Parts: sequence; structure tokens; C-alpha cells
Amino acid sequence: MNAPAPLGLLAELTHRCPLACPYCSNPLKLEDRADELDTTGWADVFRQAVAMGVLQVHLSGGEPASRRDLIEITRAASDAGLYTNLITSAIGLDADRLGRLKTAGLDHVQVSIQDTDPTGSDRIAGYDGAHGRKLAFAEAVTGLGMALTINAVIHRANIDHLTTLVDLAASLGAGRVEIAHAQYYGWALRNRDALMPTRAQIDRAMQELDRLQARYAGRLAIDSVLPDYYARRPKPCMGGWGRRSLNITPSGLVLPCHAAQTIPGLAFWSVRDRSLADIWTHSPAFEAFRGTAWMKEPCRSCEFRELDFGGCRCQALAIAGDAAATDPSCDLSPLHGRIQALAQQAAAEQATEYAYRGRPMRTGVAPIVS
Amino acid sequence: MDEPVLPERPRLAPGVRLHFDKTRNAWVLLCPEKVIEAEGPANEILRRCDGTRTTADIIDELAAVFSADRAVIAQDVTDMLTELAHKRLLVG
Repeated sequence: MNAPAPLGLLAELTHRCPLACPYCSNPLKLEDRADELDTTGWADVFRQAVAMGVLQVHLSGGEPASRRDLIEITRAASDAGLYTNLITSAIGLDADRLGRLKTAGLDHVQVSIQDTDPTGSDRIAGYDGAHGRKLAFAEAVTGLGMALTINAVIHRANIDHLTTLVDLAASLGAGRVEIAHAQYYGWALRNRDALMPTRAQIDRAMQELDRLQARYAGRLAIDSVLPDYYARRPKPCMGGWGRRSLNITPSGLVLPCHAAQTIPGLAFWSVRDRSLADIWTHSPAFEAFRGTAWMKEPCRSCEFRELDFGGCRCQALAIAGDAAATDPSCDLSPLHGRIQALAQQAAAEQATEYAYRGRPMRTGVAPIVS
Repeated sequence: MDEPVLPERPRLAPGVRLHFDKTRNAWVLLCPEKVIEAEGPANEILRRCDGTRTTADIIDELAAVFSADRAVIAQDVTDMLTELAHKRLLVG
């Protein structure tokens, strides 16, 4: 089928990160620094992306500030005509570097926080002192008059703190907060027993979110990523595979979503070998699940197929063992009972030890690091 | 619950810009992690949200541009500005 023009590009500038969050969206096998695209390589990617119709770039990682050339990369994106969004842990950034990013054309900053209190937050991040530095940096962002989003990944350890969390974001001057329930791929899947909230926690959190959205209307936009395992309908993952967005890894591989490498048998092409337009339009990985022709029942004849696109391919693979199956988070999936049972089992485990991203595990399981 | 107040002299919030998308030949509002279509009347309204005009000024100008009944225009402009202020894309 014809490929529509993409709107958004997630640029994973590096997989390096000082933090080690157990739900990190990077793959289990992290890419090496030596393989990263250089400044010129990214600048070329941005110009190609704009020519294809991309409007926004999300400069992410790993921690993008771990790149010494972050300011040059940001300037290249802005010069190419992109709206530039920096997704950062704040570690490695200060007011001075922020000022230079603003001058380079940075439009928006998203800072992650892990929880509301320093001890709990730093434990989740696996990094002492992170929380305090995040708060100081967030204040520097709004101090410069820049747009700030606070992002918090939500899981068992912080789900009961939503009100405090949103109050904290508001006190930092954020215009937007993302309440992002953990998505169980890669690191989060590995840590599912330690992250999964109970049904009662989810129900309370959803009610709390409604109250917060009403209370903060007009002062703080509160967006949420819903908890898949407790959902009735699947999320329209990525707004449809190969339809709106693309993701480029530090080494230049172009993916339909950040977790696509969990799906066996997909061939990913690199910007080192081919043009971005060629990859978007013709690469087997993008063509695999674009449109609706790949769908099986019950998706194929479902009235929602153009709305949710059958949900998430990576989740279908993780739960159903088939990336072309209906996302089991949909209650029309024959495996919907299985995902609910998995959620209950994981929540009942009450595991408390995290397998930190990119770090050797202390529990005796072999570490997976690049 | 606090009702969002319509800004006195509305302007686009930090991190929000009106942009002409050459690929799609259309105006869009670029927002933090979001793109909103801004063609036609929406564009005429948004390009006037510059922090100098009042909402009444914007309504007057739109009524002239579209040679339309001011009461109808006033409703449309107020609805749109209120919705954007609600999403914190407009301040004033």
C-alpha cells in the first residue's frame, strides 16, 4: 500500500544513560557508542525527514545529553525546519547548556521524574541524587520561559502518588504532564513482576486522574498512557504501524517503533545504506504491518480496525506469540483472559528487586549488556 | 473545578507555533508532542493570537474577514480559544 507522509521522528541519539530505570524503552541489547551516527549523519537524517513531511523530532536516548554534540544536533534539527523536543533525564544538563540549547532552537523539553520523594525516585532510577537534579533542571527550563513537560512512568511503586506527582509538576511550572503507565516490552517486561500494579491500584489511579484533570483544567494539560494489561480496548499503537512515526536507533537503524526489534524476522534497514524515504516506503519492516491487509480475525472484519489498528504488534508477540495477532489487551481477542491473568499473577508476585537497565544483576541472573 | 478563563490578550503558549507544512500544503499548530490542523478560520484566529489583540479585537477582525454575523463569529472564536486555553496551548 502507499505510505502516508510521517509526522514525527524519534531520534535515539545514544543508548548511553547514567540512569538505569527498570522500565527503560531501549532494547535489552544496547547499542555501543562506537556505532553511533555522528553529527553530520544526524543532520542529514533531519533534512531527509523534513523533505518527507516530518514536522517534529523528539531528541531522545538513552540520555541525549550524554552526546557531547547535543547542541550541534539540536541546531541541525532546528535549521532543517523541525520542531525540536528534547526528552531527557536532566542528568548531564545545567542552566548553561540549556541556554545554549534554547539558542540553538530547542522548542520544548520533557523531563522524566521517577516518583515524588528523593529516596524512592533515586532507587527507581538506580542513581543517587538524580531526583534533586531533575527538579533543579526543570525549574531552569521554566525559568528560561521554555515549555516543559514532566513525564512519569507509572508502576506499582509510584501509582499511589499521582496527586503528589501532578502537584509537583505544577509547582515546577510545567504546562503538561504525562502519566505514562509502564508498557511491558524489553526491560519492563523483564521487570514485570516488580512493576505491575494491582487492579485495585489501577482503578484508584484512573479515578484520581479524572479528578486531577478536572482540577487542573486550563493550568496543566494531563495526558496519559493507559495501562494495557487492564484495558478493554487496545491503544492505537504509534497511531498505526508505518503511518505517522518512525524511530531511528543510535547506529541509524530505522524502526517502526522503539520495541520493533523484539519481533523476530523483521529486517530493519539503515540510513547508512539507503535514503530515509526509501526505507519508510519500501523496507520490509515498515511494510509488514502497514495498513490492514496483514490482519487476521477478529481484527480483519472489526469496525475499530482503522481506529486502533489492532493495537500493538510487540504486545501481540509478547503475549500471543504472534505479532500479527490481535493485541490481547483488546477484549475481542481470544487471549484477553490471558493478559488479565498475567497482570494478576505479576501483581501478586510482589517482587521488589529490579533488574536495572544495562547493569549487572545482583540476583545471580546473567547480565545482558552490550 | 476551576473553569479555564479565556485569556485577556491571547497568545500561543511557549512551545506552541503556527507553521506552514509544505508537504501537506496546510497550516498546522505545532505543540509539545502534538500537531493540530490549523486551516481556514482556525488559522485566521491563531495568527491573531499575538498577545496584543484582545479576544474582542480578534472577533471584530474575523467578522470583517468572513463578512459574517458578529454573534456567530464570537461564538466560534470563543469556543476555539477556550478549548485551546483548556489544553494550555494558549496563554494571556
